[in-house]
Amino acid sequence: MSTSASGLAQIGKSVVIKGELSGSEDLYLDGQVEGSIALKGNSLTVGPNGQVKASVDAKGVVVQGKLEGNIQASDRVDLRKSAIVTGDISAQRISIEEGAFLKGKVEIHRADAK
Amino acid sequence: MKFFRGSSGPETIPAQGSQKLTRRSSGLGEVSRTWESAENLCVLDLGSTSPTNIRHFTEHGHRIYSEDLLTASTDPELLTKDEQGNAVLDSRKFLADNLVYPAAHFDFILCWNLPDYLDESLVKPVVGRLWSVLKPGGMLLAFFHTRDAGPDSPCHRFHIVGADTLEMQKIVLRREARRGPTGAVHTAISDGFQLQRVFNNRHIENLFRDFASIKFFLARDNVREVLVVR
Repeated sequence: MSTSASGLAQIGKSVVIKGELSGSEDLYLDGQVEGSIALKGNSLTVGPNGQVKASVDAKGVVVQGKLEGNIQASDRVDLRKSAIVTGDISAQRISIEEGAFLKGKVEIHRADAK
Repeated sequence: MKFFRGSSGPETIPAQGSQKLTRRSSGLGEVSRTWESAENLCVLDLGSTSPTNIRHFTEHGHRIYSEDLLTASTDPELLTKDEQGNAVLDSRKFLADNLVYPAAHFDFILCWNLPDYLDESLVKPVVGRLWSVLKPGGMLLAFFHTRDAGPDSPCHRFHIVGADTLEMQKIVLRREARRGPTGAVHTAISDGFQLQRVFNNRHIENLFRDFASIKFFLARDNVREVLVVR
């Protein structure tokens, strides 16, 4: 894992990780992860080359690549047009670009329901 | 490492920059009266992923499930041969991978034009599964072409833009899979989904015979809207 000039932690496209991934900073993931990802209070971005097979728990999640697993976001989820998501999404807000693929449930929870 | 099955992904491609046609839908108008006056309903959308539909239902406080069954039916892993050696789709495998939900889970199912374009071998098994995942009293909306529709009738995506108004977007391309003599799967991009058959009223009644009631709405664009209640 590396850190970019902007301070964002990055996982490059040649990196393969199996297991639990957790942290307390924003993460840009363009590689492959299988397991679980917990970034409570922080954001995960799955880049266009990213292939994730994991449950995700984060404040915000942006998907440009492939993600198979449930997404639990305390704030928002953005599925960009290249996103391929198989799994259930629970978030306060969701944005889905035209062209994104989703197989799963979308559930919006209110902030006061926490 | 294999992360995804070969066929999973967005394989249907809406026409780039294509004009979206707007149409009134009496069937939609009838079901939308229910979901606009209720909360926390469970809706299954069987069309291509539609951000518009997801926004529509989440803004009403409902849960929406999105599952593109037509695209899923192009999975090359489904190809098999029957006793006569004809290429058919394996409906058991299809239902093992798709429409996997608890019994009586949904209040509404939006089928759109799925039965008209779905492979013959999957139509009855899929309708049977839809019956089981729909709650008693739950509603299913489907569209069928009438006899006057041409064989080249385009397959559309449907976006809900009003209580009784839909936007239709033509799907122009799809991935096609065929298994060759060696068993290898060959894929190619081909024209949009082809109309497989035209159901008449009796066929439709027979297809939904396990449901409690069925209601037909004849539209002007050679489409028959069907609303069934479990």
